[in-house]
Amino acid sequence: MQVFQADVEKSRDFLYELFKRNTSDEATDWLNDKLEKVKGANSARELYWAFSAAPRFVGKTVLQLQESELSKADVLRPGFNPSKWTTDQTARTLLLLSIPHQDQNEFLHKLNQLFSTAEMGELVALYASLPLLPYPGDFKLRAAEGIRTNMGTVFEAIALDNPYPADYLDEGAWNQLVLKTVFVGKPLYRIYGLEIRSNPTLARILSDYAHERWAAGRTVTPELWRPVGPFLNAFLMEDIKRVFAHPEQIQQEAAALACSQSNFIPAKELLEAHPVLKNKIETGELNWNYIGRKSLPAN
Amino acid sequence: MAPEKMMFIDPHIHMTSRTTDDYARMQEAGIVAIIEPSFWLGQPRTEIGSFKDYFSSLLGWERFRASQFGIKHYCTIGLNSKEANNEALAEQVMELLPLFVLKEGVVGVGEIGYDDQTAAEDKYYRLQLDLAKEVGLPVQIHTPHRDKKAGTIRSMKVAMEHGIKPHMVIVDHNNEETVKDTLDGGFWAAFTIYPNSKMGNERMVEIVKQYGTERIIVNSSADWGVSDPLSVPKTASLMLERGIPAEDVRMVCYQNALDAFGQSGQMNESDWLQPANVDQRDKFQDNSVLRGGQTPVVGEFKTRNELKENIVK
Repeated sequence: MQVFQADVEKSRDFLYELFKRNTSDEATDWLNDKLEKVKGANSARELYWAFSAAPRFVGKTVLQLQESELSKADVLRPGFNPSKWTTDQTARTLLLLSIPHQDQNEFLHKLNQLFSTAEMGELVALYASLPLLPYPGDFKLRAAEGIRTNMGTVFEAIALDNPYPADYLDEGAWNQLVLKTVFVGKPLYRIYGLEIRSNPTLARILSDYAHERWAAGRTVTPELWRPVGPFLNAFLMEDIKRVFAHPEQIQQEAAALACSQSNFIPAKELLEAHPVLKNKIETGELNWNYIGRKSLPAN
Repeated sequence: MAPEKMMFIDPHIHMTSRTTDDYARMQEAGIVAIIEPSFWLGQPRTEIGSFKDYFSSLLGWERFRASQFGIKHYCTIGLNSKEANNEALAEQVMELLPLFVLKEGVVGVGEIGYDDQTAAEDKYYRLQLDLAKEVGLPVQIHTPHRDKKAGTIRSMKVAMEHGIKPHMVIVDHNNEETVKDTLDGGFWAAFTIYPNSKMGNERMVEIVKQYGTERIIVNSSADWGVSDPLSVPKTASLMLERGIPAEDVRMVCYQNALDAFGQSGQMNESDWLQPANVDQRDKFQDNSVLRGGQTPVVGEFKTRNELKENIVK
């Protein structure tokens, strides 16, 4: 059984420095006091109170991160990206990382209590903290539940800029995460590990979804073809041809990118037939992140 | 000030058991904010999970539902007196309360106190007073229907014993018999206006005439029984009609509730002074307040009627 996915001590030090730099002395004093109290084994009440009350003492400002800090986060835990975190969320995560974790049952009991009684802001903090928590394997079902939510901010906390799902979800739950991100109009390029976790079933599901949209006379986000590209076959090629024929340039660019990911001969041939786009892909001018950012306003 | 321009707070109303039509009419009548105390549901809960989901719904779905009509929703969290008598369950509720009392928008521990005035009620009332004191929240007290005067005095006495300052205690469901003791003790005296029981709005007018406006609060306690979610604006209207100055009406139907529960630090006028931006296209966990074919209101929720159309004589 895996106990750690990130060094708890180092994660705590890193987040603490970020927190301190982004908030007032009073807020830091408040948090110091609470972190100390939470460390005790019989401290459930202290934890629950501090966890709920954090925003009123530390505010809800978005952290201002430097480039070097972002890289440091990624070294600490591959894929960890707190660039959109807020001060209350950071304080809450620091509280979670200060809970004694030697006793697995005790630790999980406290986390389960917090999850099952959380309101929206608390759920955001809980789901976004998943990549740092001990006993990562024990949060698979929680993460899958987070994907089912229809609270936008909560869904984003689990699906976007979060490496936990790519590392721990089983294929069914992972596919639901990707499909739902498309479904609710959020950006796919912010899903960590999208390419690594792509699979033939997901490609088939996304194609079916595109057909449903087309049947209803609707458009499909060009990002949808990103996880489809590596699995192109005779059937999926028909979709890609259709996307190539779309009048919007971004759709054609997406089709070209999908072809460039594939070893399927007809896909390679189709890309050859669009030399300008092929060239842009080869020079790196055209890539999926560019498509994601460009299509964002439409999302 | 004309009544339709006035803002009201109903600091005690159980919206869980009311409809969206109530919300729409309350908003039209000038209610800008409400407090929903935790209470029983008309029949006892038998499992701890029911409490957990109920508390969560006060902070989640109900707050969302109110926002869809431009009303700011707060709540108080507590184990009510009737259900304190199921001790096995009460113990579990007490373990749950620390997870909820400091959440955003929780403005007090309530409503707690006595119903039958049993030993179990006394035990859990006291434990919850300690909890309120520990987290620095106001206490909202439910006073008993039977043996009311003695029960009210006892509630206040016990609160004092636990070191709670009277200004942190809102004593609900007062009447002519209890008001003097409540005010003399330095507590907030809240009055519930019920059609046909508790306190009528004509009697309320007389109480304000006699006792003034200091620490007096009007509420509806509207729930699943025969009750009226417009009790506060209707009483305000009657007060104005009977010659009580508008400023006094503002105190008992708005400001005092804000001052009392504002002590939680969780309720500020700025929360609702911006024109309410309603977007009924929003959903909460995939649920909408709208039903098939209805057009969502987006932007400011517009008053359709004058207040007087809401008054039932």
